[in-house]
Amino acid sequence: MSALLQASDLVKTFGSGDNATRVLRGLSLELAKGELAALLGPSGSGKSTLLTILGTLMKPTSGQYAMLGQDLVAADDKELTSFRNLHIGFVFQFHNLLPDFTALENVVFPTAVREGRETAGARARGRELLTRMGLADRIDYPSTNLSGGQKQRVAVARALMNRPELVLADEPTGNLDRDSAGQVMDLIGEINRDEGTTFLISTHDEKIAALCRRQIVVGDGLVTG
Amino acid sequence: MLYGLKIATRYLTAAKAQTALLVAGVAVGVFIFIFMSALIGGLAEFILSRTVGDISHVTIQAESADPALLIAPAGQVLAVTERTGTRTATLPDAATFLPLIAAVPGVKAVSPQITGAGFLTRGAQVSQVSVTGLEPGQESAILDLAGYMTEGSVQLGSGLIVLGRDLADDLSLSLGQTVRLQSANGVAAVLTLSGIYKTGNGMMDGSSIYVSIGTARTLFAQPQGVTRIEIKLDDLNTADAAALRISALTGLDAVSWTDGAEQLMEALSAQAQTGYFLKTFALITIVIGVASALLLSTYRRRPEIGIMRAMGAGRGFVVFVFVTQGALVGLLGGLTGAGLGYLALLPFPRRDSFVSGTLPIDITQGSYGLAIALTVIGAILASILPARAAARVDPVTAIGQ
Repeated sequence: MSALLQASDLVKTFGSGDNATRVLRGLSLELAKGELAALLGPSGSGKSTLLTILGTLMKPTSGQYAMLGQDLVAADDKELTSFRNLHIGFVFQFHNLLPDFTALENVVFPTAVREGRETAGARARGRELLTRMGLADRIDYPSTNLSGGQKQRVAVARALMNRPELVLADEPTGNLDRDSAGQVMDLIGEINRDEGTTFLISTHDEKIAALCRRQIVVGDGLVTG
Repeated sequence: MLYGLKIATRYLTAAKAQTALLVAGVAVGVFIFIFMSALIGGLAEFILSRTVGDISHVTIQAESADPALLIAPAGQVLAVTERTGTRTATLPDAATFLPLIAAVPGVKAVSPQITGAGFLTRGAQVSQVSVTGLEPGQESAILDLAGYMTEGSVQLGSGLIVLGRDLADDLSLSLGQTVRLQSANGVAAVLTLSGIYKTGNGMMDGSSIYVSIGTARTLFAQPQGVTRIEIKLDDLNTADAAALRISALTGLDAVSWTDGAEQLMEALSAQAQTGYFLKTFALITIVIGVASALLLSTYRRRPEIGIMRAMGAGRGFVVFVFVTQGALVGLLGGLTGAGLGYLALLPFPRRDSFVSGTLPIDITQGSYGLAIALTVIGAILASILPARAAARVDPVTAIGQ
């Protein structure tokens, strides 16, 4: 499989002087297209910081990071915003849906914000994704009226809306009961299999990690296993 | 940008109570703006109509020739021509100019007059009067004489005289009685009182009399020409420009009513400036209200802004969403305030029927369009700061909240 992204010698330091905290200490990582990988490690090991940098929401203090051949350290905010919209999807622990919008409106957001309006094509894709997530009867529900598991499935659908090459999931099941967590992981595995979307899932849960084909262990700001 | 409009509209409709309060606040500011515009405009209109509404807006007055000296080369004075009180200055070519002046755009009426001083005698009673000879049929061209008539008719003709109530009382005159008028030139005529007016101006009601221009020609020995041309304009605020134009057209010295009315103009200007201050304060209140409400909204929606940024919304999109909210609030508040302002002004009398003792508010001077436009612009400007703050939200920090 060809490489999707390469990160090398990533260093991330927060604060300065005596208060400086070095969260990443020269971390290197490579992900291939189509991988389903779990990111494991104790709290404070740098998992979330790594996901944030890989998601182009934050730049490393030093090091190199490229995805799909594009240098994402040198890119400016506008380029990163556009790149993120086209190639990266996010699933957060607390789903982070837009509360004043319906399930479908949340899902089509990444496409609508790029195209400047909600096209019929985008809505059709959004309905298809929600149906696939088992939410056909919740398409026009306000997002605030959905259960935790349903919200997280909407968040997965939103992450897939623009057919990104990479989906970064930060504890996607951390806030769900066992059944809902199983449903979400089943969906992620199915999409990875069917569409070849690469997933990098940060988790504390060994059982969730075991569902992934690769486990990446982070400790003290470095990949340790 | 259609999508940005949808998001902005959704944010406003999602927080209905907050939006309603914000719109109400803006509407109150616009209401004050409109009310002040109508009040200040109406007051100015009222003052002008009461002070200069009945006077000539542009006047051409005949002037006596300047004293002339004839001096010999050696320097001795050979002859001196002095001003004379017996020879009245005239505008001999007035008949030629009248149609030209009447054709000037904005000129409502032209009144050629022969004026002078005289004595009105009835029995042993004598009053010094100011005599104005008017063209029959044009008695009310400048001063609304017909509107002030309390008895008789304003119609002037040969042997008829119209005078003020105070003068009539002083001379114990009643309609149909005769009175003797002697001009400063020494010519006398016996005239019949055909009308009595009352303007409320004591000076005028006690000493101004009106006769036909034919009678005045005889009294002041003016076989041709006139002594004064009074001109009334559609808009008295254009008097300065009209005077310049008439001067250029006729070569005569046309004088605007504003010459010598500096105090009145200063008072009106001060009043207008007070209005500007009040309206500016109303706008500032709107701007502060919108800015603070949107800043609060920005803070409350930080996590959502973070999510939008993570999903690929650019800073420009975020700015657009918040500026659009400001513009929509401004538009809604502006329309509501303008509508309420119009309804509140409806019960007041129209500008042409101001009644003493009531507020002279002019509904036509509410500046409704200006109020709405300024409010929308003000609301947009007010939303720029919150919008920029929203665009600077760090998605990582915001999502973690």
